Amino acid sequence: MAEVSNAKLRELEDRARLLRCHILKMTHQVQSGHPGGSMSACDIVTALYFHVLRVDPRNPMWPDRDRFVLSKGHACPVLYAALAERGFFPVPELMTFRRINSRLQGHPEYGTTPGVENAAGAEGQGLSFGVGLGLAARLDRKAWRVYALLGDGEQDVGQTWEAALAAAKYHLDNLTAIIDRNGIQQEGRTEEIMPLEPLGDKWRAFGWNVLTINGHDMRQILAGIDEAHSHKGQPTVIIAKTTKGKGVSFMENVVRYHGAATTDEELKRALAELGEAVP
Amino acid sequence: MKMESQRSYFAKALIELGEKDPNVVVVGADTTESIKTLDFGKKFPDRLFNVGISEQNMISIAAGLAAAGKVAFASTYAVFGVAHTYNIIRQNVAYTKLPVKIFCSHAGITVGPDGATHQLNEDIGLMRGIPNMTVLVPADAPQTAKCVHAAAAWPGPVYCRFSRTNFPTVTSVEDPFAIGKSYVMRDGDDVTIAGCGIMVSRCLQAAEELDAAGVSARVLNVATVKPLDTSTILKAARDTGGIVTAEEHTIVHGLGSAISEAVALEHPVPMAMVGVQDVFGESGEAFELMEKYGLTAAKVVEGVRRVMKRRGR
Repeated sequence: MAEVSNAKLRELEDRARLLRCHILKMTHQVQSGHPGGSMSACDIVTALYFHVLRVDPRNPMWPDRDRFVLSKGHACPVLYAALAERGFFPVPELMTFRRINSRLQGHPEYGTTPGVENAAGAEGQGLSFGVGLGLAARLDRKAWRVYALLGDGEQDVGQTWEAALAAAKYHLDNLTAIIDRNGIQQEGRTEEIMPLEPLGDKWRAFGWNVLTINGHDMRQILAGIDEAHSHKGQPTVIIAKTTKGKGVSFMENVVRYHGAATTDEELKRALAELGEAVP
Repeated sequence: MKMESQRSYFAKALIELGEKDPNVVVVGADTTESIKTLDFGKKFPDRLFNVGISEQNMISIAAGLAAAGKVAFASTYAVFGVAHTYNIIRQNVAYTKLPVKIFCSHAGITVGPDGATHQLNEDIGLMRGIPNMTVLVPADAPQTAKCVHAAAAWPGPVYCRFSRTNFPTVTSVEDPFAIGKSYVMRDGDDVTIAGCGIMVSRCLQAAEELDAAGVSARVLNVATVKPLDTSTILKAARDTGGIVTAEEHTIVHGLGSAISEAVALEHPVPMAMVGVQDVFGESGEAFELMEKYGLTAAKVVEGVRRVMKRRGR
């Protein structure tokens, strides 16, 4: 990946702001869903969909596309927002999120939503699915890559570590895992519910190349992904230090916004902070 | 009657399939030698993935492979392959409709000396309860091979269960096989005996004993439990007026339940169910366990007598 211009970085940051506005409005209109973990992952997902991934919105099933596996399925608002803005389906459809007869299910459904690569919701299955994809790409001698976005809560799940073992066994360097390390899961701080640190050491011990970045710094995200591409013989995990609810002051680092939508008043304040004119 | 191994035919069919289609892959979980997927691996070393004792991982990896265009078989013992992995199958395989073919050996009580922890008598029910799943229970070794080929050609997810122990071969390689069909193994008018898996041989044995006593039994091999061949089953209900089911599985939610659901809705007839009676098994040799837990031709005959008595014949 070539050096990224400042203009490109600004553009990506603007996109991320736009996606955050979508996330807030999508969860607000139905008064449910998971804004906090969508906003913490927002810069990573933006970087992937608007700079890194080789995907074709007009041909979502293009066989040689890169695959993005959202393992933390509850963060699907950010994925849907990115897919809509990328042209996989109309942006206004975002406001059908979690409504009856919608293509945008409360957790991702495979085969229904254009661009969605896996079903997720029950935690901890995505990395294994990504291993399967990576093995298939290798068997077919294809250059497409797999990116799996994991929550830090998913580090509690045994299957995550089963997948970690398998990816290392098969030296899957076409697989990059990114952990949205926002430090909060449904019921509180990860270090109180189920301590994870030293998380990087754990992944290193499982045979992975480990990078740690600030998951809200576009330059660091792109550099990390770049480094993952050039690292051979091992899968890479990028531990992205993030803030739950990132981008809206009163939502940041607040456990409640894991699974709670904003009120009418909060939405106005939040959108104003993100620089969107309130209707 | 010839006694043959379902696993051996499974393994042979996998290799035939692998030769025809380079997209066929197999994921195993530290049982590849025992269930003979290792034979496939010896032939196609880069197409067998042994992921160790991580069955949830096995299922999701198979789903990922399938999502990228592979015909992915996931295979191990039933208790690990479908009981330990229920929600993984539900979310990654059935909900996605991906063409993952879960083929599990060592189903049912005839696992034998390993005991109850290894004897899964609940898998047919678990799998038939999930939307989009197809459930196959081949009667013998040749039919197991046919299930492999049929499953590979089937567009969606498939679960196929078979047994560890060698059982009498009751079908021939020339017999037709299609997913969704039940087969009349022996015609008769007085009663229907519908079995699946290794119990089909016991049903045939029962029919012979009944024949000697002047009762003409129709025997169905219900090799596909889902989607159920309701037309063949309802026809049998209408023609014979009574059904006895037989399965190496609990009677709670297996073949007997599936048939009783179909019959109750369309054409209720007296029924009896031969199977494991909502209990765990124990260690013992396969045939001792079948005797103790009531998986015998004698139990089928007893069921027929009950059904005929209720019907007043």
